[in-house]
Amino acid sequence: MKKEILLEKNFTIIPGNFELAGRSSSDIKYVLKKIGIDQELIRRVCIACYEAEMNIVIYTYGGSIKLKVFSDEIIVIAQDSGPGIADIEVVLKDGYSTASNYVLSQGFGAGRGLSNIKRYADTFFINSIIGSGTKMELCFKISNI
Amino acid sequence: MRTKEIIKLLHAKVLAGEDMLNIEITSAFGSDLMSDVLTFAHGKMILLTGLNSNQVIRTAEMSDIPVIVFVRGRTPTQSVINLAIEKGICLLETKFIMYEACGKLYNAGLSPCIRLLQ
Repeated sequence: MKKEILLEKNFTIIPGNFELAGRSSSDIKYVLKKIGIDQELIRRVCIACYEAEMNIVIYTYGGSIKLKVFSDEIIVIAQDSGPGIADIEVVLKDGYSTASNYVLSQGFGAGRGLSNIKRYADTFFINSIIGSGTKMELCFKISNI
Repeated sequence: MRTKEIIKLLHAKVLAGEDMLNIEITSAFGSDLMSDVLTFAHGKMILLTGLNSNQVIRTAEMSDIPVIVFVRGRTPTQSVINLAIEKGICLLETKFIMYEACGKLYNAGLSPCIRLLQ
């Protein structure tokens, strides 16, 4: 039987715009709070979403974040039309970065983004195609149901 | 340690969140790298930083950090202050450099925000 979806939202992420960066994750925090999700779980989801959003802003030609809430889990799908990642294992290592000086001046590009996303999600799946883009699927278990 | 004690120790100016001066802070973290903050942040902590962009407010918002201290007189723009007001985050500014500001709080007994990485 197909699981009932409680909430579904899609956010478009604009590349290179540091003024707007973080707004989608902020909206995600607002909607999760509104439907009564546990505060610590919201924190984990939002940190992962924010890192994913910043990655799309910094490194890609644009993308989207999709939020799906079920009674027992929250799914986040971050997809971009970026250049793709050649070696995911290398990028997942803490400290690996290709960020420009401008990105570093904004407080990002320390090479923790993907490892933070992996750390905060219960399950993490990533697929990347060079010249096409990257897709990440994150799952967060809702334990109190 | 309450926010108002932090203000006293750092001779800080309140830029936003006048109504948050009595909240209890349990630890502190100092960094200009927001991904480091996102890695280590937990509990009711304050963030000391020299970065004064929107992203500091967003980082605090996502990590549930109630108070930010801008060190070495790094005043943020009004739009950054407005975003903090909108998100209910208290902003302080001190003339002390990061090292000295952190040292003063550490000496006064405020714990570091420690989370061991797996």
